[in-house]
Amino acid sequence: MFLILIVLLSLPVMDVVADSSIPTAKRQGELLHLLRHDCGSCHGMTLQGGLGPALTQEALAGKPMEYLYLTVRDGHPDTPMPPWRGLLDDTEIRWLVTQLMQGVQNP
Amino acid sequence: MRSDLLAISLSGLLLTSGCTTLRGTGDMGIVVERADGRVKVVEHTGNTELASISGLGDLSHASAVYSRDGRYAYVFGRDGGLTKIDLLKGAIVKRVMQSGNSIGGAISQDGKLIAVSNYEPGGVNIFDAESLQLIAEIPATYDDGTARSKVVGLVDAPKDRFVFSLYEAGEIWVADVTQPENPAITRYRDVGKQPYDALLTPDGRYYMAGLFGEDGLAMLDLWHPERGVTRILPDYGRGEEKLPVYKMPHLEGWAIAGNTAFVPAVGRYEVLVIDFSNFSEKARIPVHGQPIFVMAQPASSQVWVNFAMPNNDTVQVIDTETFQVIKTLKPGPAVLHMEFTPRGERVWMSVRDDDRIAVYDTTSFEQTTQLPVDKPSGIFFSTRAHNIGL
Repeated sequence: MFLILIVLLSLPVMDVVADSSIPTAKRQGELLHLLRHDCGSCHGMTLQGGLGPALTQEALAGKPMEYLYLTVRDGHPDTPMPPWRGLLDDTEIRWLVTQLMQGVQNP
Repeated sequence: MRSDLLAISLSGLLLTSGCTTLRGTGDMGIVVERADGRVKVVEHTGNTELASISGLGDLSHASAVYSRDGRYAYVFGRDGGLTKIDLLKGAIVKRVMQSGNSIGGAISQDGKLIAVSNYEPGGVNIFDAESLQLIAEIPATYDDGTARSKVVGLVDAPKDRFVFSLYEAGEIWVADVTQPENPAITRYRDVGKQPYDALLTPDGRYYMAGLFGEDGLAMLDLWHPERGVTRILPDYGRGEEKLPVYKMPHLEGWAIAGNTAFVPAVGRYEVLVIDFSNFSEKARIPVHGQPIFVMAQPASSQVWVNFAMPNNDTVQVIDTETFQVIKTLKPGPAVLHMEFTPRGERVWMSVRDDDRIAVYDTTSFEQTTQLPVDKPSGIFFSTRAHNIGL
């Protein structure tokens, strides 16, 4: 009985997890806006670099996903790169890093 | 006065000949539409747009300086583009790609030279203001002489000088351009970690670089360059945990009132007040977020402050006598920049994520008008033509 209850309770939770593994379409738009305009204040609006390094697909080639994820989440010591974990959740950070690694098109 | 009379008599001539377009540029300016590589030419008497100029490239961190006659704006783009704009014609006069990645620039005291500070390759390029012909290149080399540092905080200083800071190198350089094709450089080393921006006091005397990598500011007294660079507020915030800085503060529009200066703290939700009689910390004013611009309203005891995300929908006004926040405004999402009219009765604010300029009355603190502008960032009025260090 107890086990069945757990299974039943966990079903909707599983659904939620599956749905939230990527941000909603609306949120994706907000994240790309943030990337271009707010990350862009240091990395350049076209991500060609500024005070911070370029974030183009070529510039990130060979860098592990996990390294990029941790850099965004926790920031980079001794540089102006701040930790974004207070503003972005893990799903959002992973989605943004994936976009960067695949190359973000300029409008 | 004499020039006013001349202008009046000239306009009289032209009016009688049927031309009604003659105007001065003293109430004009530009607003950067950063996402579209475009600037709007505006005027702040009637608060209107006069022209729209496209084709300026990547303007993600664009800034501008003005020719001394207030007719031409020189716009410095992120992609290394240097564009000379004619405000009266609403058109590009000349445009050169002068580096891979630039951050800002300055115009010399005599108005004849334009200097551009570059990230890639790190250094300063000097141009003829008339023709935009390259006159000299100053590579910002350090360490073994091959590494090049990004250059920030470039300002014009009296006596044919440009002053700037080297971000990675932690140095301040003074370039004497009496002979423009052969600049004479004075280097000040070990001024502090990661100078991120700098300013010159309006009298052209003190150059101050804000430091990101450590506490305090690096200061050079240009009346006494032989005394070297000194550190001010070295103990500010020592031992305290810093808050994340989601946007670099700017020192361009800094505020001096009487014998005190107001500057953004780094990693703290505070505006710092510096006592200029002995360069000590006079007060810390708690504010709404990480300050970005801390700007004096020219005609009052007000300092206006905007903030980094996630607090960038807010602007606060500080009273310079009481050091109290006297007003908190919510102009809209992502207030990036502010520019006061020359005598301070109004302020223009870029509300980026609402695609508009909000114009506020600085006495009533009410919005008086707004202009539609796509993703506005920097606002630069032609009054800057006559201010040292801008």
